[in-house]
Amino acid sequence: MSDAKASERLVGIVLVSHSAQVAAAVAELAQGLAGGATAVPIAPAGGTEGGELGTSAELIAAAAASVDRGAGVAIITDLGSAVLTVKALLAEGDELPDNSRLVDAPFVEGAVAAVVTAATGADLAAVEAAATEAYTYRKT
Amino acid sequence: MLDADFFRRWMTATAASVDREAERLTALDSPIGDADHGSNLQRGFTAVAAELEKEAPRTPGAVLTLAGRQLISTVGGASGPLYGTLLRRTGKALGEASEVSEDQFAQALRAGVDAVMTLGGAAPGDKTMIDALVPAVDALGDGFAASRAAAEEGALATTPLQARKGRASYLGERSIGHQDPGATSSALLIAALAEAHGE
Repeated sequence: MSDAKASERLVGIVLVSHSAQVAAAVAELAQGLAGGATAVPIAPAGGTEGGELGTSAELIAAAAASVDRGAGVAIITDLGSAVLTVKALLAEGDELPDNSRLVDAPFVEGAVAAVVTAATGADLAAVEAAATEAYTYRKT
Repeated sequence: MLDADFFRRWMTATAASVDREAERLTALDSPIGDADHGSNLQRGFTAVAAELEKEAPRTPGAVLTLAGRQLISTVGGASGPLYGTLLRRTGKALGEASEVSEDQFAQALRAGVDAVMTLGGAAPGDKTMIDALVPAVDALGDGFAASRAAAEEGALATTPLQARKGRASYLGERSIGHQDPGATSSALLIAALAEAHGE
């Protein structure tokens, strides 16, 4: 019984961008492209708390806590301080939920792949693999 | 021996120095960055100084760990996690002791600088804060004044380098001829260390 329940828990996704609008729009895009049939917990963490371009450790920690269903949290970032802040928080040990992971993936394509995969009930490793694999899709 | 009060003085001296130099740091960050280094660090170290006054941590390690955590929370740019990691790792390496020797501090600061290199992936010569911090740590055995001189020299020596990390690296050869803002603020941090030591 508890096993069945555990398998229903979905991996949470956090999208960290320097821009609040980019993070929110990519979250919406990924959910839309995933069909929205299953509600994958997804939260944007964009910009600073003051609404400027940048990265907020507080917003990232709050977003990760809000999508944590016990199956792990995949964190996808854009660049620079977004990457470094997540890495620094992971190194801290107690700022992010257990089993949170920085996923090496392109921001938009990786988010879509992660949400689609998470919607199937896949585990964190499978969600991470799908997001990372998005790097290999060539456009020309 | 260096006690918690020394490390508090180091942080408040850094906050005052960053406050004085914020415009210069931002000006250095304009041609090769996004013109926010001074204001970001000003916000961060002002918050550090306020938090230290409120919490009054009692060990050197606790002062630096708290300062590092505060920088990660408040800076909003890459310098937050980088300086935050520097101070936090240095603080953790100092452990629970109420006083530490200059040798212990030098070892701890080296652990902090190593952690920054791991986090950001930068090596000496990449035109980053590492170019001031590594010479500063190397010279610390000769005292705080020597460390300050080495950091300043390291920061000046970034001017002819081509950036290989961070936003400035997108500029390629156009990053040559500008002093690195991160190395400059690192030199301020080390100068504040000498100031806190009365040198």
